[in-house]
Formats: sequence, C-alpha cells, structure tokens
Amino acid sequence: MQDSETSPSEPRIPHPASSLLLDTTAEDHHIARMAAVALGLTVLENAIPSPLPGVKPGLANIVTLIVLVRYGWRAAAWVSLLRVVAGSLLFGSFLAPGFFLSLSGAVCSLLVLAFAQYLPARWFGPVSHSIYAAFAHIAGQMLVVYVWLIPHAGIAYLIPIFATAALVFGAVNGIIAARFMDNDGKPNMEPQP
Amino acid sequence: MNSHESIHAAILPHLKSGDWLTLLLGGTGVMLLALNLWSGGIADKAVIRSGGKIFREVPLSRDQQIEVPGPLGTSVITIQGRKARISSDPSPRQYCVRQGWLQQAGEIAICLPNQVSVELAGSQKKYDSLNY
Repeated sequence: MQDSETSPSEPRIPHPASSLLLDTTAEDHHIARMAAVALGLTVLENAIPSPLPGVKPGLANIVTLIVLVRYGWRAAAWVSLLRVVAGSLLFGSFLAPGFFLSLSGAVCSLLVLAFAQYLPARWFGPVSHSIYAAFAHIAGQMLVVYVWLIPHAGIAYLIPIFATAALVFGAVNGIIAARFMDNDGKPNMEPQP
Repeated sequence: MNSHESIHAAILPHLKSGDWLTLLLGGTGVMLLALNLWSGGIADKAVIRSGGKIFREVPLSRDQQIEVPGPLGTSVITIQGRKARISSDPSPRQYCVRQGWLQQAGEIAICLPNQVSVELAGSQKKYDSLNY
C-alpha cells in the first residue's frame, strides 16, 4: 500500500509498494547539512593522533557553536546529537563505551549552552560558549567514567590534564567559530603582504 | 615580527571582554584543579600516637599546641607554619625534642620513654611501614 502523505503538487517518485516517503521541511535539510559538516570534521579529526584517549580537539564543535549563535539552541542540539550518533555508526562504535562518553559529553555541554546562549552577545562571544561547554563536556565524561567504567579515585589524576585540554581546545574552537562568523560577508579581511 | 603581528590580528579582534573573563576563570580553575589533585606528596596532617595507638590526627593548616599525656608526663607538640615538632617532653635524653621541625610527609619524631610519636602524613603513603 502506498503512503499518501506527500502533497499533491510534488512529483511522485516511483517506488515499490509498502515503502514510506517522509515529509521533510527545509529546516530538516538545513540541520542535516550542518550535521553532515560536523560529521566530516569528526572524520577529519580521527586522523589526528591523540596523546591520551579522550583528549581530542573536538573540531566538530565549531559547527555546534556557529549553529547555536545563528539558529538557536534547538538546532544546535539536533546537530550535536545527530553528529554523535551518526559518527558512532560511521566508526562502528555505536553503543560502545566511547559512544556513551561522547553522548554524555554532548548532553552536558548542550545543557550548559542552554544557559550560556543568554550571555550578552556584546561581551561574550563563541569563545566563552565554547570554554563553558568544553568544561561541561569533560565533567560529564568524567562522571560517566567514574560511575560506570573506572570507579576508582585514581582518575582524579587525569582531571587537570582534561581541564587543560578543555581550556585550550575550547578557546581554539571558539576563536575559529568567531573568525568564521565575523568574517562572513567580508571575504577580503586579511591584508596579506 | 610580521607573523607575530598577523597572529595577533587574526585572534585578538574576535575575543571580547567577557571572553577574557572566561579565559581567566578557566585558567584559574585549571590551576586550582592541578594544585588540589596533584599535590599527593605534601604533608597535610600530623598523626600523634600515644602508647602505640593514634591519639589524634591534626591538620597542619592551623597553628596550635597539643599536649599528649604519657607514662612519664606530658609531651607538648607544636604545629606552626605547616611544620610540627615536639617542643617539650619529660624524656631524660630529649632525642625527640632535639630532632627539631618535621616538614616532609613521612617524617617522624618518637619519644620512646614517654611513648609519644608524631608523624607527618600526606594523601599518599610513601612506605607501608618503617622499621629501625
């Protein structure tokens, strides 16, 4: 049986019986496109070796930061969570411990961003959003590690390392996001000698 | 240097005043975490024993004097400036008093005749036990 949810004006794609054609809005396509960019950055970042498991530049968060400023928190949440799930499927680590670490980090950073987005834009840019979200990210991950994976107080020795990484990479990602948004519409900003 | 200036021009315009505050808070947070979580060897308390049993565990953060009773009399332990020493003791040869200030974690002063000892301890234990 055919699903008749498409509007009559759209050309019907010939498809076999018992299949669904989903109605997608332009916003869905837009979020999917942003999530795909974030996913691409995740794949790119996978090529960078990491000195310690869990210390990653988090380049895909640049997309989340830009989406947060331009399109709001709900869009940023969609992009971030889609990226975590799709990325885990892509790397074959869906429902593996790494997936839950990514997910807890993403959820905690999104929670903090829900508040950080209301910081007055005159004084606080994406760098602040990024740093607060990065610290929330590592806090969420350390919590999951302590409660589930390594319930040993010894992981406290790793916290200063992750905190430094959160500060440094959070600042870098925030600066990249700020440059992207500030330079948008001004293609010839940098005077190159 | 030209590359130095262009790096500044590439980064600084995008940092607003609130961002500098966030960076400061983040840096302070990282330093506090490192100081608190990576200071395993520093002595932070003095363990006072009398007659072989722990009489009291005293933090080194506050300057104070503690009197410990023993079979020969009272030994007085002074804690000052995160150091500890046995300041007076009824022992005949006063070895523990002459030992002076204890500062590192693991250092110990023992008054054998009065059966009083004070040992500095940190969050980590360097040795399981020491025998002389």
